Amino acid sequence: MWQALRNELHPHGLEIVTIALDVDTEAARQWIEQTKPNHPSLIDRAHRVDELFGVINVPNGVWIDEEGMIVRPVEQAWPERDSAPDWQKMADSPDIPEQLRETLQLASHIVIQPKEYTSALRDWVVKGKASRYALPPQEVIRRSGPRGQAQAQAAAYFELGQFLWETGKRHLAPRHWREVHRLQPDNWTYKRQAWSLADPFQGQSELYDSCWVKDVKKIGAENYYPPLNLSPPSAK
Amino acid sequence: MILKTLDIDPKDFESRTGWAIKPEGACKGEVCVPLPAGAISGARLDAHMLSERLGMPLIHDADAKVWCLGPEAMGRALTTAHAPELVLPDYQGKQFHLSSLRGQKVLIVTWSSW
Repeated sequence: MWQALRNELHPHGLEIVTIALDVDTEAARQWIEQTKPNHPSLIDRAHRVDELFGVINVPNGVWIDEEGMIVRPVEQAWPERDSAPDWQKMADSPDIPEQLRETLQLASHIVIQPKEYTSALRDWVVKGKASRYALPPQEVIRRSGPRGQAQAQAAAYFELGQFLWETGKRHLAPRHWREVHRLQPDNWTYKRQAWSLADPFQGQSELYDSCWVKDVKKIGAENYYPPLNLSPPSAK
Repeated sequence: MILKTLDIDPKDFESRTGWAIKPEGACKGEVCVPLPAGAISGARLDAHMLSERLGMPLIHDADAKVWCLGPEAMGRALTTAHAPELVLPDYQGKQFHLSSLRGQKVLIVTWSSW
């Protein structure tokens, strides 16, 4: 997905690092091998970037400058694609399994901003610090998501559940992941990871109170990705 | 971070959370939080003390006998704009350090197979 943009911008000093949030390493590895990436392609089984950077969904991006300073915190990060999937058309197809139809209908209402995002990225790669999209440190911290007790606890419960899942105590994981969903309902990587392990379609299972369709309906599909904030830093 | 005991090695604590133990206290980027004198001189850190001072939730699974110390709850997801060190395996299993890209601009971007 990122290969073309990476090849375009790498000669100008940008590296792209893709990070798969996947408890199941093998699933991610198979996808990556098909694309033969020439940029770092990492696997984050414990969703550690949620804790370290404030990631809440996929795809989420963070910009880091040459000195190791974050200049844009977590936000939706879509590349431009030659052909985006037509979710509505897929939802209308008679061949679609019934349990997927509603998911696809909702997906067709999700709002993404690939044009705005990639044009901001190109601007930064060319202009560096002078780019209006490169934010000063205080603004980066201010625009990073909230981290109160609830979000910090969610990160801890997710990690504990993931550790148990990975060390042969899978039956102990869901009760911690249920806590995660209660504590940080707007973190979709935590929720979708747990749902996907209970049901490949992320539908309703007996393990969790919620599922993708139910939770997306609750907030409205158009709010699934918070809109990019491309305005300059607010005045003091 | 996952804990089997409530005594934490400061080196492990730093590499996992980004908080370094210095004479002035626990520091991440430009932020330093004072710690009790004993905590700094001792070889091990007490998880309860770190939990209290840094606002890190400490949770426990009694059946599995493990604890987990969560990230600092200081209001925002980022306590500092200094990028944390991130060490993760690449898809061939080789450890990759995000800091190895210093000197270049970097976009990190998440995706998943689910």
